[in-house]
Amino acid sequence: MITPARDFSTWSRRLTKDLRHRGLIRKALRGYEVKRDENKLRFRDWSSARQSAAEIKYDAVNHLDRYLEEFAGQLEKRGAKVHWASTGTQARDAIIQIVRDRKARSIIKSKAMTSEEIHLNDALEKEGFEVVESDLGEFIVQLRKEAPYHIVFPAMHLTRGEISDLFEKELGSAKTDSPEELTMIAREVMRKKYCTSDIGITGANFAVAETGMISITENEGNARLTFSLPKTHIVLLGIEKIVPRLEDLALLLPMLATAGAGQALTGYNSMVGGPRQPGETDGPEEMHVVLLDNNRTSILADPEQRDSLHCIRCGACLNVCPIFKNVGGHSYGTTYPGPIGSVITPNLRGLQNWKHLSSASSLCGACTEACPVKIDLHHHLLQNRRNAVTQKSVWWEKLLFKGFVFMMNRPALYALGVKLGSRMQGLHTLVKRTPLDPVRAWTESRELPPLAKQSFRSYWKERAK
Amino acid sequence: MNEREKILLRIREALQLSAPMPGSHEAASAHSAAHEPRTPDFTTWLPDPGADMEQWIALFDANSVVLKTEVFHAAQGEVPGILRSLAEREAWQRVATHRSSLLDAALAELPVEIGCIPMEPSELEKYDAGITGCDALVAQTGSVLVTTQSAGGRALSVLPPHHVVIARRQQMVADLPAAMRLIKERYAAEYPSYIGFITGPSRTGDIERILVLGAHGPKKLTVIITTEQI
Repeated sequence: MITPARDFSTWSRRLTKDLRHRGLIRKALRGYEVKRDENKLRFRDWSSARQSAAEIKYDAVNHLDRYLEEFAGQLEKRGAKVHWASTGTQARDAIIQIVRDRKARSIIKSKAMTSEEIHLNDALEKEGFEVVESDLGEFIVQLRKEAPYHIVFPAMHLTRGEISDLFEKELGSAKTDSPEELTMIAREVMRKKYCTSDIGITGANFAVAETGMISITENEGNARLTFSLPKTHIVLLGIEKIVPRLEDLALLLPMLATAGAGQALTGYNSMVGGPRQPGETDGPEEMHVVLLDNNRTSILADPEQRDSLHCIRCGACLNVCPIFKNVGGHSYGTTYPGPIGSVITPNLRGLQNWKHLSSASSLCGACTEACPVKIDLHHHLLQNRRNAVTQKSVWWEKLLFKGFVFMMNRPALYALGVKLGSRMQGLHTLVKRTPLDPVRAWTESRELPPLAKQSFRSYWKERAK
Repeated sequence: MNEREKILLRIREALQLSAPMPGSHEAASAHSAAHEPRTPDFTTWLPDPGADMEQWIALFDANSVVLKTEVFHAAQGEVPGILRSLAEREAWQRVATHRSSLLDAALAELPVEIGCIPMEPSELEKYDAGITGCDALVAQTGSVLVTTQSAGGRALSVLPPHHVVIARRQQMVADLPAAMRLIKERYAAEYPSYIGFITGPSRTGDIERILVLGAHGPKKLTVIITTEQI
């Protein structure tokens, strides 16, 4: 059976060796790093801004019941329908029902990681509806029938040549190596869709409780077209997206832009609170907001890791992570890759199946430092390791530690062990890096340092003479 | 019990245990764990917009250069001339707009076909430019604040390939917190269904992280700032 752990290990092994892939990721991130640091410096106090942002999300998440009711109440007052979904299946069913009731055929969608989480596109396509991803990166990975590589830059693993070949094959366009021409090809395809689609589906970056608005951040304008033109607007968002007040966005929007894309502010930040209102000239006739739990409440129930619900999905932790940069986004096999994915996936989808991700970390803490809302990411990885063992211990690890304790409590046995160890190490060279090597996982890529000829204990004894 | 009640119940049960304060994992943090939640005003952490209107205008201009937003400063009566030269340069055949005293005056003599919303998206798509008003300009970020009220609905400012904004000089605000206050003061009784910060023309970096303008929204954004008092 292929377990997520086996899969992760196979893919990360393959991609770490792939120098072209690593080069591509590094190159893609270089410009981001420069811009991110420039924009951080424009803040008068980035570290206090982080603290404030963390406090806003802390307030929201720790009074989630109150704020969710306020958010839903405000939206309903302006004629939006709010659907509550405990599971991904319920959310999918609610959306499929809306689409069916409207006798809709084609759906235009803007980027939403939550929809990846519940495999919404597959479900809609199975029902016979056409779903088109309108974000350029998402459109590209959709044509490739792939999952997004990164939560902010979905197609960062592809070169323009690969994208040109893809467009040629799928859209019949002419070959080009100009990113501009490629973008215009997608623009033309999408333009037709916006005006003819019956339904627009978006996600949300924030949900403002006080005013009952969702906030969407984007650069391309595809989300604006998606929630402006079709007759029905469906929003799918996780319950943790709440922020208490409208003014909180004045801090969170520029921080999301800086941490996420190295921008001072993202091109379009839209707040949408309801369908077309009396006196307005356009906009959808209906707005449906689907609030998704899907195990977020189990993270909430763990005070130690509750702050992982503060996440604003900026992707900053991915961009600084030495593991992500080497194994790439697809190796994780999760909706959310990188450090934040390694923290929340075990809690969303089962600890035993996904605990391996918490070990795929050097615990360097770069993620924690990069996080604009101060999620204690690398400690959560350690806590996941602890929780996994507490829940279900590994017999051979247990045995190993029992043996270690036994030896450490018996000085004579320890001395013998040290003596044997330094004598036997010579023999190790015979099996080093072969299938017989007991420490092959280590020696495959590293040297095993030789044990000292003389032990400290014997040196100390000699010195005392 | 319906799903709404079930979710709220799970949340309330989960919140019976309290979580450590944010930042408490940073031992040497300036903010101790005992720190009261919610710093009252974070305006001072954000980038400095300057102290007065002159500086805000200068910052808006500087930000616009980076964002590739075209900015014109127009004295009394100069807006129609600027629009005429734009129409010529861009070879506009037809432009779409919405009714407002400022726009009516500006567009009065424009020698192109002028369409007024409301119109079907498929119709609006045929226009070369959408000319709108706005609620405010934000110096700190070089943004234009629009709503369904001030910019003629949702589609006019995003569907045509060129978005032209006509703003009054007094509409300039310093920063995002000021813009949010303005929204609340103006609309608290009834919020428009769409409120947006437009920061530069439509853009993408999805192919090799190379910047391309005009991904799905307008390829061009022009802001005309006038001293007109209308």
